[in-house]
Amino acid sequence: MADAILVQGLVKTYGSVRALDHLDLKVPEGTVLGLLGPNGAGKTTCVRVLATLLRPDAGRVSVAGIDVLTQPQRVRKIIGLCGQYAAVDDNLTGYENLEMIGRLYQLGKARARQRANDLLERFELADAAKRTVKTYSGGMRRRLDLAAALITSPPIIFLDEPTTGLDPRSRLGMWDVINERVRSGSTLLLTTQYLEEADQLADEIVVIDHGRAIARGTATELKRKVAGERLEVTVALATEIEAVRMAMEKVCGDVPEIDLEARRVSAPAGAGTRALLDVARLLDSAGVEPVDIGIRRATLDDVFLRLTGQTTGEDDNEAEIPAADRRRPAGPVKTEGVR
Amino acid sequence: MSAAAGALHDGWIVTKRNLIKIKRVPDLLIFTTIQPIMFVLLFTYVFGGAIKGTGVAYKEYLMAGIFTQTVAFGSSLTAIGLADDLTKGIVDRFRSLPMSRAAVLIGRTTSDLLNNLLVVVVMGLCGLLVGWRVHTGPLAALGGFALLFLFAYAMSWVSAVIGLAARSVEVAQSAGFIWLFPMTFLSNAFVSTNTLPDWLRPVADWNPISSIALGVRDLWGNAPAGLARGSGFPAQHPVLLALLWSAAIVAVFVPLAIARYRRVSTR
Repeated sequence: MADAILVQGLVKTYGSVRALDHLDLKVPEGTVLGLLGPNGAGKTTCVRVLATLLRPDAGRVSVAGIDVLTQPQRVRKIIGLCGQYAAVDDNLTGYENLEMIGRLYQLGKARARQRANDLLERFELADAAKRTVKTYSGGMRRRLDLAAALITSPPIIFLDEPTTGLDPRSRLGMWDVINERVRSGSTLLLTTQYLEEADQLADEIVVIDHGRAIARGTATELKRKVAGERLEVTVALATEIEAVRMAMEKVCGDVPEIDLEARRVSAPAGAGTRALLDVARLLDSAGVEPVDIGIRRATLDDVFLRLTGQTTGEDDNEAEIPAADRRRPAGPVKTEGVR
Repeated sequence: MSAAAGALHDGWIVTKRNLIKIKRVPDLLIFTTIQPIMFVLLFTYVFGGAIKGTGVAYKEYLMAGIFTQTVAFGSSLTAIGLADDLTKGIVDRFRSLPMSRAAVLIGRTTSDLLNNLLVVVVMGLCGLLVGWRVHTGPLAALGGFALLFLFAYAMSWVSAVIGLAARSVEVAQSAGFIWLFPMTFLSNAFVSTNTLPDWLRPVADWNPISSIALGVRDLWGNAPAGLARGSGFPAQHPVLLALLWSAAIVAVFVPLAIARYRRVSTR
């Protein structure tokens, strides 16, 4: 299979910040690559380079064999971009937005109109077609933005955090639409900070942090890299955490990870059920009654935690937490740095 | 499609998009129209009695000046419009499309020109009400308006460069506007340049605003005679100079704006 997207040694710096640091990516035709990373990891910068919006300092980038840096206008004809901030016009109606973008993709007037109507129908926006986008909900705007990216049914699509900030139902709706594109043979590069999303949609995942790829593989492969099963104990009171930590350190022989906010302590459960029973017994004698105790398979969250020393950001202002200081969710707030 | 035809095709599509916005959010249009009406009334009735010595009735003298100032001020809308687009994702969308790199700028400057056109019509009616008249034929009268719109369009591209360079809409709003005050007042727009100190007079005479205003006055038969026209070449060939100024502004600022647009990104 030919590589639909090829990125080699990509470097982009903003002042002293390296947004991209020799990044390499390869996306075979017809597959989905999930680019996974926290805020500020360089995901958006990478997409902006691929979508001809930003010139890198060094590196080679090609899309469908066409050099993005020397022939951007040819690249623009075969890509669709759906950004983090719905790039549609507030003052136009949904229909007017799609028709305009179709015309600017150089579709004829009749074809642009037809595509606009088809996509509004397909994305369940037909009822809102004549309303200005200002009146749309967040989910509707994202769907319209995605529809705009798909006007010409481009063979290559970039989705930059397509579901960030959406409620769970709208997210599922977006996943449906994205999955449908994949089945029809498009090549996708999807950035996300949701592990679940990468797990659901991507054939291959590249984890990036500080502009570098720090791991790659399928979701299963990445999960396997992290010690299989983990023992997890959640308690009701913050004051009980110390007792749990001590019990788990004794049984599991490893320094447990502590999530203060969720009052959850976890550690690799080498001995499986045995470890669970031992910890339960120790807690019982210490008079601590856990809210929840159990053995859990590794998720991509664990993978991420292992690789970057931080959890994935659930909100936009997620702080960067040094590995050594994970107990206090504070530290400098780092933004994507490309806007 | 050739590059020029493509730019016009895409530019027109973006123009339509901007016009829809004016239609749906007419507030800006209303305020840009009120301002020149205010100027016509204030200058005619407040300063009109005090300002003498041009040899023609002051309201006749004044109108071309106010028209010129109005289209120059109106061009600052371009900076605001572009800066506003840049704060939204839409410019990223446009830049990722296989459309002309000039289209967003052509669309913006064209819709601002049409906005200016409407303002000038309203102002003209207001001027007729206070007693301003054109004393030449219809062709020369239209020529005067054509000169105004040519200059307005050229100034829009200066404003485009400011809008693309400004870091926010607020900055674009002040930066696009503030320099127009000295530029329009240091000219013959409101008073004859022959009252200025010797060292300042050539600056005012060669000011593009003076050339446009005097050129338009000549075409409308509102121009003063003799020393009140200013002196030297600008006083003798205002229409020619107005055309040259507009052409020079376009030649410099269109490529500058397009080059900036290529590198610009959403803020």
